[in-house]
Amino acid sequence: MPKQSKNLTSSKDPSIDLDAEFRNTNIQEVLDKLDRELIGLIPVKTRIRETASLLLVDRVRKQLGLSAGAPSLHMCFTGNPGTGKTTVALRMAEILHRLGYVREGHLVSVTRDDLVGQYIGHTAPKTKEVIKKAMGGVLFIDEAYYLYKPENERDYGAESIEILLQTMENNRDDLVVILAGYKDRMDKFFHSNPGMRSRVAHHIDFPDYGADELVSIAKLMLESQNYCFSKAGEEAFGKYIRLRMKSGHFANARSVRNALDRARLRQANRLFSGTKKSLSKNDLITLEAEDILASRVFLEGSPDNKPKTKKTD
Amino acid sequence: MMTNQGNIVTQGQFSFLPPLTDKQISAQLKYALKNGWAIGIEYTDDPHPRNTYWEMFGNPMFDLKDPAGILLEINSCRKTFPNHYIRVTAFNSTRGVESPTMSYIVNRPKKEPGFSLVRQEGAGRSVSYTIHSYATDKPEAERY
Repeated sequence: MPKQSKNLTSSKDPSIDLDAEFRNTNIQEVLDKLDRELIGLIPVKTRIRETASLLLVDRVRKQLGLSAGAPSLHMCFTGNPGTGKTTVALRMAEILHRLGYVREGHLVSVTRDDLVGQYIGHTAPKTKEVIKKAMGGVLFIDEAYYLYKPENERDYGAESIEILLQTMENNRDDLVVILAGYKDRMDKFFHSNPGMRSRVAHHIDFPDYGADELVSIAKLMLESQNYCFSKAGEEAFGKYIRLRMKSGHFANARSVRNALDRARLRQANRLFSGTKKSLSKNDLITLEAEDILASRVFLEGSPDNKPKTKKTD
Repeated sequence: MMTNQGNIVTQGQFSFLPPLTDKQISAQLKYALKNGWAIGIEYTDDPHPRNTYWEMFGNPMFDLKDPAGILLEINSCRKTFPNHYIRVTAFNSTRGVESPTMSYIVNRPKKEPGFSLVRQEGAGRSVSYTIHSYATDKPEAERY
């Protein structure tokens, strides 16, 4: 530990080994995991790295008695569905925990239903209960813009926002709030709730994935399920993704997951109805081109089953 | 032999110790949370030892991870009832146990008048004894 000093103009300036401090928190481990498990998302990763270094420097400064006040850590994640907002929030909770900014490091993921009550006097206890559960960790509010419904002035969402704002201000040491949702709707939400806007310091935008990134994501997903593409299968999937991206309701990684589930279904069907009676392990784990080319996307340019509602991640 | 120095009501855990600080309460809450016990906050203005069922302040709290939320609730209860007895109860819901495993007072009235001894003469010169709290002479909510 470096020597403590409160004197800014001290002649013998205590030096601090930032690297050692960095290693002590094991932050690199989490960042590496983030790199490994999340494909692409370069701007997001850069922001997380920046935030992590800010918190680290802040911590070191605190050891020297240079306090700058507890940093506001409330965040807003905006992006299209399936761009990894929940996954990043989970990692964020871990990073904040390693740096000692939250005590427990758990993530409580909620939506409007969990916060807003159904009758007068129901909202406040409901919101407070969720907040109490999230204390010591991260409160992740998915589709946060639904909290505010301007078209209905008797909506209870406003009450919930009020309580949230109060907690975000008064209990900054106890919990970190992350709001998530589509970019344009979140912008509108912040526009009509200036109090919320000023309390959220970090806005992180999640870009859409490119076709190649989606193929790598697919490979990663298959790997975790003990499947793999054949060479032709991978090419076919690349083609599939490019077509799928053009059709409506495309939900990035979530669409990929659904496509893979359907491909697994077709593969099972193919193996079952196939003439080959003895199957090798290789047959069981390989998705062939025909499993993917059978998709309706190739026939009429629409996915097998259209999702009814849009969802964010 | 233990002596009751301040002439205060001693029931539950830690009642012979000086009042717990918020930090000490947090540590106790943390222990309860670590064991997965649900925590409730209760208050009363009747200090009789046989008064087991106190009023509940808010809902019992399940699935919490951190004591900060409970401490918040304790403090809001103290604000609402500054001159009541307030206790924290941890409930263990494990099958076969299903009962409070921890209970301690976190707030008490500034002045506790104590108890008097009441004698009742029965048949054949027999006397039965009971205690009576001076505080309960006044109606509810005006006691302290």
